[in-house]
Amino acid sequence: MQTVVQKAETKTKPKRKANTKWIEMKKMKTLYIMLAIPMVMLFIFHYIPMYGILIAFKNFSPGLGIWDSPWNNFEHFKRLFDDFLFLRALQNTVVISLLKLIIVFPAPIIFAILLNEVKNERFKKVSQSISYLPHFMSWVILSAMVIEVFSPQRGIINFFITLVGGDPINFMSDKASFIPILILTDMWKEVGWGAIIYLASIASIDPQLYEAAEMDGAGRFHKMIHVTLPSIMPMVIILFILRLGSVLNAGFDQILNLYNPLVYEVADIIDTYVYRSGLEQFQFDYATAVGLFKNVVGIILILSANAIIRRKSEHGIW
Amino acid sequence: MGATRKKISLFDILNVTGFILFSIIVLYPFWQTIVLSFSDANASSSLGVHLWPDRWIMDAYEFVFSYGNIMRAYVNTIIRTVAGTILIVTFTVLAAYPLSKKELPYRNFFTIFFLIAMFFSGGMIPDYLLIKNLGLLDNSLSLILPSAVNVFFIIIMRNYFMTIDKGIEESAIIDGANYFQILTKIIIPISKPVIATVALWAAVYHWNEWFHALVYIQDDAKTVLQIVVRDMLTAMDLSSNQAASVGGGGMSSSELLLSNVRAATVIISIGPIVLIYPFVQKYFIKGIMIGSLKG
Repeated sequence: MQTVVQKAETKTKPKRKANTKWIEMKKMKTLYIMLAIPMVMLFIFHYIPMYGILIAFKNFSPGLGIWDSPWNNFEHFKRLFDDFLFLRALQNTVVISLLKLIIVFPAPIIFAILLNEVKNERFKKVSQSISYLPHFMSWVILSAMVIEVFSPQRGIINFFITLVGGDPINFMSDKASFIPILILTDMWKEVGWGAIIYLASIASIDPQLYEAAEMDGAGRFHKMIHVTLPSIMPMVIILFILRLGSVLNAGFDQILNLYNPLVYEVADIIDTYVYRSGLEQFQFDYATAVGLFKNVVGIILILSANAIIRRKSEHGIW
Repeated sequence: MGATRKKISLFDILNVTGFILFSIIVLYPFWQTIVLSFSDANASSSLGVHLWPDRWIMDAYEFVFSYGNIMRAYVNTIIRTVAGTILIVTFTVLAAYPLSKKELPYRNFFTIFFLIAMFFSGGMIPDYLLIKNLGLLDNSLSLILPSAVNVFFIIIMRNYFMTIDKGIEESAIIDGANYFQILTKIIIPISKPVIATVALWAAVYHWNEWFHALVYIQDDAKTVLQIVVRDMLTAMDLSSNQAASVGGGGMSSSELLLSNVRAATVIISIGPIVLIYPFVQKYFIKGIMIGSLKG
């Protein structure tokens, strides 16, 4: 490659630099043709919908189309903050997301540290393989399983409740138990998968650190707390900040498949609200405004998260 | 490490017991689904730990396999997964290879063009309106075209290509090969691990994807398995506590619950993933490791 470029450069020495670039580009025209195909696809399916965001600022009528629909002076955004259902969805989103952050986020860390203490390699491998099986299932499939586990007719949980003398509870339509179910099932799906990255970073810890700690008389727990944990801490911090950046994603797939009107009060999040108001009630313009609000806040959060990581570790995530 | 001392402590026992319990909890819902799929209404209507069917009956599967819609959805899912995976892999390679060339003029501009798509998107409604305006509603292409360019996969593959020794390519150029030949004859053959990883991820994505099918496809003849299961979920919701019986007319003597049929559908749906899982999981892990490297 280098030789071709050099040849081109010597040939065109007297001419301007722009010319050299042009020759270089011509030599690589196959590469540009390759690149053009995915770029056109990305443009159609990703950039054109960005133009569609305009309807958030308009009274959209499908007959007139996006461009000719009349502007409406931010009415949808004014309506947002008077809309009880939106405010409820915003609150639920933050509550569910933060609860997941507090409870689900540390689980893979604990899982990884404890699994690392298992001495039998085979047992370790099998446990790990089992742990991330649910990660490869969709929430449609997992919901079908979750509903049976909590079923009042044949669920194992209600079996134990009746065993100790209680009455079966219809968990899936019970406001008090719905959020705990979201958290537990999220953990079930993602704990093992989340642990992979921690296990990898534990595996790369210098064994001398453990030997030195042993020499100082450190026991097992001391080593876990004072060697293993600090070694994976940079990874923990990066993943934590990233997770904070996506705090408005409370789990659309999970909730849309598990919830029902009886638990909307606690379970309806921004994404599910956009889905229902837009694609079930066909308020395209208003739903787009709700979605845009979420996306803008989300982008600000993610970019700040990456900026913080960049400053802390000198490299961001890309 | 500490493993030099082979003494087994109380902690080891508790720890291993903990992981055994954890594995049981993870697997129980799967096993329960299997049991449910081989049971009938009588066996499925009492509370209990159902670890074994009263008797193994195939009625739910007979129903699933004879019920045209479910089988058609199965075939649709397979076609979608194969076509969608081929499309994703092709587009990923086509974008990743030029972007891996440091000397490509305006490479940064193109990279940014792709990266922006990772952050900004139109959102649910503008996406829907686009598909509608393109006339792709109820067209199976709406299931594979919007996801054909995956920026995350492109970055993973680009990073892999960038680690390939430049010397091989340079000598091929001297021999008069063009970039397309280099890509197909040299780069792709030595990039099999990363291509396999991307292909597996893409296949799992398409096998599991349900939201586009929910929104873009109304025609039962074009729907996918995930939507069949989802429809059974919402049907269950509506009838709430009353178990809806679907086995009815023409079926064998025993009654089936919607739950039995749904469980059977779930099993045939996850079957392929579970069967290949032990053999391919290392590729998934490899994927997450490559992906976490800095680009």
